[in-house]
Amino acid sequence: MTIAKVAAYARNSAHESASRWIPKPRGCKGMATRTRPAPNVVASTPIALNGGEAVAYALRQIEPEIVAAYPITPQTLIIEKFAEYFADGLVRTEFIAVESEHAALSACIGASAAGARAVTATAGPGLALMFEMLGVTSGMRLPVVMHLCTRALSAPLNILGDHSDAMAMRETGWVMMSGASPQEAYDQAIVAHVIAENSAVRLPFANLIDGFAVTHAVERVDVLPDHAVKGFVGEYNPERSLLDLERPVTFGSMDTRDDYFEHKRQQQAALKAAGPVAMHALNRFAEVSGRRYDLVECYRLNDAEIGLVVMGSLDGQVRVAVDAARESGIKAGALRIRLLRPFPAPLVIAALSHLTVVGVLDRAIGFGSAGNPLYAEVAASLYHQPARPGLKSFVYGLGGRPTGHGSLMSAISELESIRTAGRTEPTTTYLGLKQ
Amino acid sequence: MISLVTLKLQQLTLRPDGLSGGHGLCAGCAESVVVRQVVFALENPAVVSLATGCLEVATTRFPDTAWRVPVIHSAFENAASTASGIEAAYKALVRKARIEPRKFTIVVFAGDGATYDIGLQWLSGALERGHRFVYICLNNEGYMNTGIQRSGATFAGTWTTTTPAGRAVHGKPQWRKDLTAIVAAHGIPYVAQAAVHNWKDLLAKVRRAEAATGPSFVNVLAPCNRGWRHEPEETMAISRLAVETGFWPLYEVVDGAWRLTGASRKSKPVTDYFKAQGRFRHLLAPGAEKQVDEIQARVDAEWQALIARCAAFKPPPLEGGGLGAGDSKVPPPSNSLLPEAGVSGEGVTDGSE
Repeated sequence: MTIAKVAAYARNSAHESASRWIPKPRGCKGMATRTRPAPNVVASTPIALNGGEAVAYALRQIEPEIVAAYPITPQTLIIEKFAEYFADGLVRTEFIAVESEHAALSACIGASAAGARAVTATAGPGLALMFEMLGVTSGMRLPVVMHLCTRALSAPLNILGDHSDAMAMRETGWVMMSGASPQEAYDQAIVAHVIAENSAVRLPFANLIDGFAVTHAVERVDVLPDHAVKGFVGEYNPERSLLDLERPVTFGSMDTRDDYFEHKRQQQAALKAAGPVAMHALNRFAEVSGRRYDLVECYRLNDAEIGLVVMGSLDGQVRVAVDAARESGIKAGALRIRLLRPFPAPLVIAALSHLTVVGVLDRAIGFGSAGNPLYAEVAASLYHQPARPGLKSFVYGLGGRPTGHGSLMSAISELESIRTAGRTEPTTTYLGLKQ
Repeated sequence: MISLVTLKLQQLTLRPDGLSGGHGLCAGCAESVVVRQVVFALENPAVVSLATGCLEVATTRFPDTAWRVPVIHSAFENAASTASGIEAAYKALVRKARIEPRKFTIVVFAGDGATYDIGLQWLSGALERGHRFVYICLNNEGYMNTGIQRSGATFAGTWTTTTPAGRAVHGKPQWRKDLTAIVAAHGIPYVAQAAVHNWKDLLAKVRRAEAATGPSFVNVLAPCNRGWRHEPEETMAISRLAVETGFWPLYEVVDGAWRLTGASRKSKPVTDYFKAQGRFRHLLAPGAEKQVDEIQARVDAEWQALIARCAAFKPPPLEGGGLGAGDSKVPPPSNSLLPEAGVSGEGVTDGSE
């Protein structure tokens, strides 16, 4: 099977819930009560797009003032498609084909400070090259949007998907949201600007798109009409701009010990505020599109005893495994983390506290850490709960290694054994690793 | 609009000043002098992109700012990319009718470390893409902000804290890179070398750089008395010596045509330059003669090569019209803007006198 077919299979169930509004019992305690969408939903048109093209399609509709990017696999689909739109005169955007990823984000910083909506896209090593500017963007409170096509970090060189890059980015002060399908990549590309530019947030936003599994998978994507997208995102009107010649402003000051601490504390408050803002923006997007998303997505967790936590496109396969486990009498459920930053700890607590054992699926290794990245987030979230589930760490899919149904069923079996035995050990199981 | 042909020094004081007093640059530093002259010279209001360096840390310490014009600093190496973003943002905002068209000039101020070394790729990329900005390299031949370390602009034999004058190695072993020529090789419309002491030459070059319909670059020698080891009041004299000894020829490359400008004449031996600065003291000690001779030979050879390069182009015809006379979108022929046009290296009064 091709990568695309595997990916489409993997995400089957996730896509069902993502692409249309189906009222269903929610698995999460404490979640907002759902209502049917208001009648002002704008009809979407289904077209076949891969994840990269879906993002480019959204960018054409958003028409940001600046798109600055440097080609890197698997992000190239986005900028090649957007370059076509640019060459055909379909956008008024300035497309800057820069000489490196560092320059891409640097140009976005200059453009954003000049009052423009600025977008970039990259993957793995490109993100690593941008690293210095990630903190500059957030520290200067510039709502740049990045589409990160998640990819393994070198060495060894590997162009395929995992979450090493996204996990390395976590502490740089960006809002980070992960999708699981071309549809979600498209929808999040639109919502991104509304969250990032909110006056309580004013922080950069990373739209995480799984390399190949989503970027290169062709699926049905329901696209909104251009006017609906433009209406939803509005225009970016910052308080201050470099081009406001009558009110000169200095961006990027130097702080001494007298102020740096306070500025970082303010930045933390702004990033924390992005959680509720993101929820509100997703709800508002649902009113327009009819497609409803949560900051975490719950699956069959209400009466579950064991659960799997996952981020990104493996979610569909996890749900298939959960269904299979249920068939054999194991009370399994799943939780997908959509919002990685700010980490939605209250929602994770609400979704998982009542379980006996939770397995966390990481597509990155936390080298030398007390826990792999997502595991550590979940563990820290649950630590202060009087009653909390046992935790188990799994690592899967590094460097594009496929994760099959068998691997996930073995993970569920391991969780069920832990539940039966009544104790967990702080060891990591590597799913699909050659012995 | 003031024409630079008839510009008087006192008129400059009536122009908008980019910097306020109270910044933290050292007494004797050439950088604030260059910055103020550049902003004086511009026809349009400036929007500034700063690289990390002395100028940046001394003028933007929160909660204060010494800048009277919009400024952005984001990192050390990327001031040219930041400028690219500003330029592109303006174009798109106007195209989308989000803002009214307005006249302004994007100016980059970056040191030689940020330009010759760590930022060369960012500069090169922006030049190749053709973003319209004036890039001013504040060249003090070293990483002064971090404590006087060598850069790609540091001259051979120079003492710095990473090229000490030791018993085995006497200052920087390598020759500097010819960045101005590297920039000129990008084929951008305007490239020049200038020096802080020759204000009239500098201002004219800045104005020509501003009028260019594409990226422009002016490499300005800006002595650092702390790093070069001379008295603060000697900054201008040292700058003049650099030109007179041939260390820093003043020239420009207009649409690919090279020519000497201003008082760019080599009339003194390199030792005159060495004697004036503590950073070369070890070259005056007994036993350094061979090293000095090698430096002199190479300075001579480079000077001859520059003369030959300039001679390959006919002197441009002298035309009327001062700067700022026309619409900046259609600049007058760039070779008509300097009062000393066509007088390659001859008899023009040094503006600093």
